[in-house]
Amino acid sequence: MGLFSFLKQRTSGQDPARADRGLLLFENTSEVIRAEKILRAAGFAVAVKGPPPEVRTGCDLAVEYPLIEGLNILRRLEEAKVPPLDAIPVTGPLLTPVDLYHVKDFGDHLMVRAANMKITVDKRTGVIVNVSGGGCPDVPWLAARLIGQRLDEAPSPRETGHTLCGYALGLAFEEMKRQCLPS
Amino acid sequence: MLAIVGTVPDPSLPVVEGSAVLDGDALTTAGRRIPADRGTPALLAAACAASATLDLPAPHAFLVGDQGQGHGSRALFAHLTDTLPDRHIATLVFHYLMPDVMWHDKVLFAVEAMAVRPRLIADAGFMYAAKMSGQAPAYDLFTPDAGELAFLADESAPHPFYTRGFILHGDNDVPDLIRRAYRGGNAARCLLVKGSVDRVADQGGVLHTVDSPCEEAMEAMGGTGDTVAGIAAALVQAGHAVAPAAHLAARANRLAGQLARPNPGSRIIEIIAHIPQALRQAMNGVGQ
Repeated sequence: MGLFSFLKQRTSGQDPARADRGLLLFENTSEVIRAEKILRAAGFAVAVKGPPPEVRTGCDLAVEYPLIEGLNILRRLEEAKVPPLDAIPVTGPLLTPVDLYHVKDFGDHLMVRAANMKITVDKRTGVIVNVSGGGCPDVPWLAARLIGQRLDEAPSPRETGHTLCGYALGLAFEEMKRQCLPS
Repeated sequence: MLAIVGTVPDPSLPVVEGSAVLDGDALTTAGRRIPADRGTPALLAAACAASATLDLPAPHAFLVGDQGQGHGSRALFAHLTDTLPDRHIATLVFHYLMPDVMWHDKVLFAVEAMAVRPRLIADAGFMYAAKMSGQAPAYDLFTPDAGELAFLADESAPHPFYTRGFILHGDNDVPDLIRRAYRGGNAARCLLVKGSVDRVADQGGVLHTVDSPCEEAMEAMGGTGDTVAGIAAALVQAGHAVAPAAHLAARANRLAGQLARPNPGSRIIEIIAHIPQALRQAMNGVGQ
């Protein structure tokens, strides 16, 4: 394969240069501008773009952002009181996050999976004993912070993670709490 | 040389590289001691154990600290872009790295500039980027689990988190998902799909299945997918063709699990300790 020829190969008709991008949708243009300013100041690679017609909410601007860093970005915007109405991938605006949970009972241990992330708890002690799956670099870091902690005392990955894998682990964590802890 | 690229969950670690040595439950590389408990250090530790068993030199590690903010991954990508064209690497493995299409393509450019193109193996975040970039067929081996296979099979999905709901995450769907991944041009030349049944596949379909021995607890353990990728990489480096290497690695990983007798709370290092014996057994046909 030649030096440049591989960049010409396209298999899905999408633009791979934008495949790892997402769109943040807001109520109005002033929120878009504020969000862009906040995120740029924080060092994120964002740009203001027009959203596709199927996801327009009245505002015809959106903030394009690195999709994988979504958890970090959403947290920053919530802190700044500019939360988006929605966050969607550029490649398939109608794609929704995986919402299926898989629960497996090993007897003394319970495992919950959300998307590509799994968390396992010792039912006798309520202690998190394993975290598995995922591919973003915060997963090993989150695992080190969760394993050995009791489920009711552990920090939520949604508070401490940075990526979509961290977000998925947060969903598994919340579902595990729903399964194991009295409401 | 077998080289392994990835991150460790320590943001203070700069880009480092050097031979990796497994000593007890930790790795030593470039004068740093790194726990081999999950992620890239687990893959690297498994590759060390397998390489020693196969009488290969120790793997070469390219590592950086990154806790998910991407700064470390980007620094490592820049280092690779600068240095790979002058390197002689026979097998190159990419692992836990920030999925970034732009940097993926720059690194692949650097690989293409090498005098001899290495065999390319991708898992975890770099596999996500390879698929998103549309360059999956440039790779020799991907090692997805069932959820990640669903992501490869979904031509629109930008990350396993967004895999469409019509693709269920059940092992029964795996052969169909493999077909979809190849049809969409989103698979490496060979796939090792990890699950309750491990499957090795190529463009023509499933080549091998491995379902025994079966230690159910391994599904819950962090790192069992990393170890199988590390063993496969060492076998490829030892001269095995990619599909037979993946098949042997799947068997060896299961045998190591059987020897370790894990529970869902076990640590991956308990399995890594048994890789030398398990790999010898797998190569001798034990456990078939």
